[in-house]
Amino acid sequence: MDIFLIGLIAATLRVATPLLLGTLGELFAERAGILNLGIEGTMFFGAFVGFVVGGATGSLWLGVVAAIVAGILSGLLMALLSVQLGVNQHVSGLGITLLLVGLSLFGFRLVYGEPRVPPAIEPFGRLSPFGQTPILGPLFDQYALTYIAFALVPVVWWLLYRTSFGLQIRAVGENPEAADAAGVNVFLTRYLALVVAGGLMGAAGAFLSLAQLGAFTYGIIAGRGWVCIALVIFGNWDPVRVLWGALLFGGVFALQLRLQITGLQLPYETFLALPYLVTILALAIAGRNAAYPAALLKPYKRE
Amino acid sequence: MLGFKIERAAAPIWMRSLIPVIAILVTFILTATLVIMAGANPLEAYRYFLIAPLSSQVSALEVLVKSTPLLLTGASVAFAFAAGYWNIGSEGQLYAGAIAAAWLGIILEGVPSVVAIPLMLVGGFAAGVLWALPPALLKVKLAVDEVVTTLLLNSVILFIVSALLNGPWRDPVSGWPQSPEIAASTVFPRLIPRSRLHLGFIVALLTIAALWFILSRTALGLKMRAAGLGQEAARFAGVNVENTILTAALVSGGIAGLAGVGEVAGIHFHLIEAISPGYGYTGIIIATLGGLHAVGVGLAAIFIGLIDTGAQTVSRALGVPVYLGDVVQATLLLVTLGLFILQNYRIKRA
Repeated sequence: MDIFLIGLIAATLRVATPLLLGTLGELFAERAGILNLGIEGTMFFGAFVGFVVGGATGSLWLGVVAAIVAGILSGLLMALLSVQLGVNQHVSGLGITLLLVGLSLFGFRLVYGEPRVPPAIEPFGRLSPFGQTPILGPLFDQYALTYIAFALVPVVWWLLYRTSFGLQIRAVGENPEAADAAGVNVFLTRYLALVVAGGLMGAAGAFLSLAQLGAFTYGIIAGRGWVCIALVIFGNWDPVRVLWGALLFGGVFALQLRLQITGLQLPYETFLALPYLVTILALAIAGRNAAYPAALLKPYKRE
Repeated sequence: MLGFKIERAAAPIWMRSLIPVIAILVTFILTATLVIMAGANPLEAYRYFLIAPLSSQVSALEVLVKSTPLLLTGASVAFAFAAGYWNIGSEGQLYAGAIAAAWLGIILEGVPSVVAIPLMLVGGFAAGVLWALPPALLKVKLAVDEVVTTLLLNSVILFIVSALLNGPWRDPVSGWPQSPEIAASTVFPRLIPRSRLHLGFIVALLTIAALWFILSRTALGLKMRAAGLGQEAARFAGVNVENTILTAALVSGGIAGLAGVGEVAGIHFHLIEAISPGYGYTGIIIATLGGLHAVGVGLAAIFIGLIDTGAQTVSRALGVPVYLGDVVQATLLLVTLGLFILQNYRIKRA
């Protein structure tokens, strides 16, 4: 295998990491019947909180934990609005995104003022279990969070399809009335799903600020949350198919970074837009076959 | 016995009209924590926020300047949401209108204003329609979720703007990433001397009036509201749901395009990357606070314009980060959403 291809695959795995974490989170929420458009803001908030806590304590892992906690709080707010009060999910999710983006920027100004150069920290180092071995060495030269994100795919699959918690999540996302009749606590299950989802989204943001960039910038998420929403549909709400979607998007993204360098006679923005356009195309192809959870967007009211 | 009970029924009118007041109070109590963290006195901050912008004619007119794009994006979102089409793409459609305005502003050099300005408006509307078309078609033809596609296209158009401003349109005079200045005949006239209030404000008010008229006085509005309440029932009642949604989506995009025209032709006179600090997303807040109703949207847009102006005043006077405005707006939205459920309950004597 030539160096270009190995480098491309390694970069694909890195780019796919935050998408995978965010998408698995969104998957949990949607399988329980809640579309969480708070994802973009939750990732942004996670990136910010992780960066501040990681920088202040000197422990990057503490930063990750703080980002997860921040994500859980966001999930709880979404649950309060969409599960408890039965508010429209589109608007409450977008409202949470606007709130958390505003809150992060407000906090950033309070902590760092208006620096000319964005503040930076020493980011996570990569783990390379194969050292200098050809092919395997550079391929597995990855962040710990990347290994964790990929290991989560079978874990999420097992949780959703092989545990009673997973069965309850799927039940309240398909038919909450029947689930309720069968003794499932619809509200509690949806709360838990949103908590897990929020934690994963927070971790996705922390990966960007604490591993990939080692910095926090205003454009750090740049629509990645919306890409995650698309990947859930593209992956037909299945953790394994979602993995392929994240790899495809990650691959296109990694490829455009390399195409920019090759000096083709096109503005580099063409390549930046490419992953988004490919995602829309993929959604168009999935089209009517998308099997939405039946109770998605429908608040549950117990009469 | 408690002596009263809460039952599900429409709350009395006085209760419903009290909701915005309660929402604003709760929002200010919640966000006071942030003001204190920034080392300022909340009461003083809110005086700068809400009263100071209205205390002089100059700053009060500035509130209307800020409200101009918000009236349009609010109307854009309300128009789509009323038909049950979740257009989250007003932000991108605004940029499409801004691109068209910047382009027309260059090529219409020498064309008199009476012709050039209507062409700017028509061109901006058409550009917004064009950018709204792919997600709308994907929705009605292939059932692709419009929320995702409109959001993704918001990111895409920012890349297009960046490519234009760093490539063919880079200002030859300054070298900045901004388009060349538009021709004088395409600049929107000022409504009041020594203020930035421009023709776009009139366009915005007329759009709000049109929103009211279409939604409450035309067959299209009736069909849109029917589709918004339930597509199956609307179809059963003989409404062509696909056509109705397509129309709503495209007109919504066109209205957002007008907001972009106003910002280019009335405020900046160039296309710049930061032409909108998120007016399209704020439009969602406005449409929701306004209950998707024209009068409500108009009032909400002016109130949010006041908060935008106030946030800058607070920032200058007290050093509180200007993003407090964004937090206040989003909190107000979430609190209002939470309070809306009160509309469905009333307290009765047992």
